[in-house]
Amino acid sequence: MGNTPYAVVVDGVKKSFGSVTALAGVSLKAETGKVLGLLGPNGAGKTTIVRILTTLLQPDAGTATVAGIDVVKNPGAARRIFGLAGQYPAVDEMLTGRENLNMVGRLYHMPRQLAKQRADELLERFALTDAANRPIRTYSGGMRRRLDLAAALVVRPQVLFLDEPTTGLDPRTRMELWDVIRELVADGATLLLTTQYLEEADALADHIAIIDRGLLIAEGTADQLKGRLQKDVVQVRVTHPDHAQSAYEALKVLGNGSTQLDATSGWISVPVPHGPQGLVEAVRLLDERKVAIADISLRRPSLDDVFLTLTGKPTAGE
Amino acid sequence: MSENVISLQTAIEAAAKEQTFSERLKWFFLDTIEITKRNLLHYVRMPQLIFFSFIQPVIFVLLFTQVFGGAMGSAISALYGTDYVNYLLPGIFVQTALVSGVATTVGLAADLQKGMVDRFRSLPMSRAAVLTGRTLADSVRSVFTITIMVLVGSLLGFRFSGTFAESALAMVLCLLWGYSFSWVFAWIGVVVKDPETAQTAGFIWVFPLQFASSIFVPSQTMTGFLQWFAENQPLTLMANTVRALILGRPADQLVPVILWMVGIVAVFAPLAVWQYTRRTK
Ligand SMILES: Nc1ncnc2c1ncn2[C@@H]1O[C@H](COP(=O)(O)OP(=O)(O)O)[C@@H](O)[C@H]1O
Ligand SMILES: [Mg+2]
Repeated sequence: MGNTPYAVVVDGVKKSFGSVTALAGVSLKAETGKVLGLLGPNGAGKTTIVRILTTLLQPDAGTATVAGIDVVKNPGAARRIFGLAGQYPAVDEMLTGRENLNMVGRLYHMPRQLAKQRADELLERFALTDAANRPIRTYSGGMRRRLDLAAALVVRPQVLFLDEPTTGLDPRTRMELWDVIRELVADGATLLLTTQYLEEADALADHIAIIDRGLLIAEGTADQLKGRLQKDVVQVRVTHPDHAQSAYEALKVLGNGSTQLDATSGWISVPVPHGPQGLVEAVRLLDERKVAIADISLRRPSLDDVFLTLTGKPTAGE
Repeated sequence: MSENVISLQTAIEAAAKEQTFSERLKWFFLDTIEITKRNLLHYVRMPQLIFFSFIQPVIFVLLFTQVFGGAMGSAISALYGTDYVNYLLPGIFVQTALVSGVATTVGLAADLQKGMVDRFRSLPMSRAAVLTGRTLADSVRSVFTITIMVLVGSLLGFRFSGTFAESALAMVLCLLWGYSFSWVFAWIGVVVKDPETAQTAGFIWVFPLQFASSIFVPSQTMTGFLQWFAENQPLTLMANTVRALILGRPADQLVPVILWMVGIVAVFAPLAVWQYTRRTK
């Protein structure tokens, strides 16, 4: 039972809240020691999957196991195996960072001394030692996230669930958290991470599962999925409208026949397999023909583009 | 991989071991202590939470002794053979012990709303400890608020006139009383959805009950149905008992009071725990 190659297995799980179907039958697997990125827009059902796997919700149908343990039949044993950092930090605002971690350690039934030692270790690791004796309500959003993550790691869980760990953080804090997450994975934990950001799944996950409206709509490695996704697009506008046609001719081959000229706005769109290379190439081609560029930019496929490509309809979120 | 298998095995064995009754009981107590400590820390960090729990009883004491006391105090004093303040204060202790349970309601609702409960529920700890830890912490706080009420009463002329044992029993009864009813408050806290509603829902049923009781005026001065109701409801039984003990008179309603307490815990403790476990399913 413990030697499954998959640390997390979700099989045919359904969940409704009244008339709202949150999960319409989802199956997915996370390979032991790897990172599974669960990508989807707001309301897709990501949190519902995480809550079912962490025993906070009961599925209406289907089974879910963590490290081979059925989370519905044996929630007590499952709770010893995983760590959870939910969508919103679940830490006590009135307690200090150290008190929070100590309490979690004690509630995991760790001996007093060990709980204390582990709290200190984690505070150190998450650069919270200076703030350790301050109540959480004085912490910034990023510090709160880090402490919540630390609380999830108190018992060195083999399986870790992080629900939108970087949502609402500024770019710098997000990058810092990415580094922390990469370290965790290097330690050998299996990680299930949910995100609304394609780049985040791309940066952190070995395997990506895309869900929308409670259904799994695509699955694979980042590279496999990218092949199916819309490409990067180089967008160019020339200074003189007279040159538009000549620029279009120049970029035709680069776009592999899909280059488009919008006659009214004068923008030329060139889909390219690799954005930065395409951008450089477009500039070179236009320079050769001495066409002056008014504006040039690179548009990467957004999550909306991905969904449009995969489902042919926009995302459920706003 | 093999490392995984070993620690997984250990975890499962540990889980199986904790499923024996005595292990579960042990962890129930240890987890309760941990949660109680956590809740008490809230009061240390935010003393205003304690302040609000005795401000209402203090207002009642002043209102009844200084404003209404002049008109009705002498009548009650004649009926009861002691100063009105000695009639009122035992009732106020009962009221204080009861009303401080509103903090239980609000605290639990806040934990549920803010997601702290998600942390607790994802840990391999005792479910019930989240509730017992809350009710116990609020009883510890009641020791404090009732002491303040004794001091406020003393300033206004209140005196214990029973024996030390009777007075001590009266105060212990107040704490047990508060603890029993904190399960009703806990149940309300788990049912309501947010701390604001919890504040109102916590108070709303206490308010009519405390006036239709012998806390402020003797129930025999009331009329018809109200008198019948007042004489048979637990707040009156409790107020009469505590008052009798404090004034050194026979406390002949002690048994029904204890039965009420046991009954309240027997009904509302399981109800609150059941609702708490069910709530987020
Ligand atoms: N407790 C709940 N009650 C009612 N509807 C809910 C509840 N939790 C989630 N939902 C609904 O289920 C769907 C999936 O929600 P969720 O899993 O939170 O999505 P995500 O985390 O991907 O944003 C949404 O339509 C949401 O409104
Ligand atoms: Mg979510």
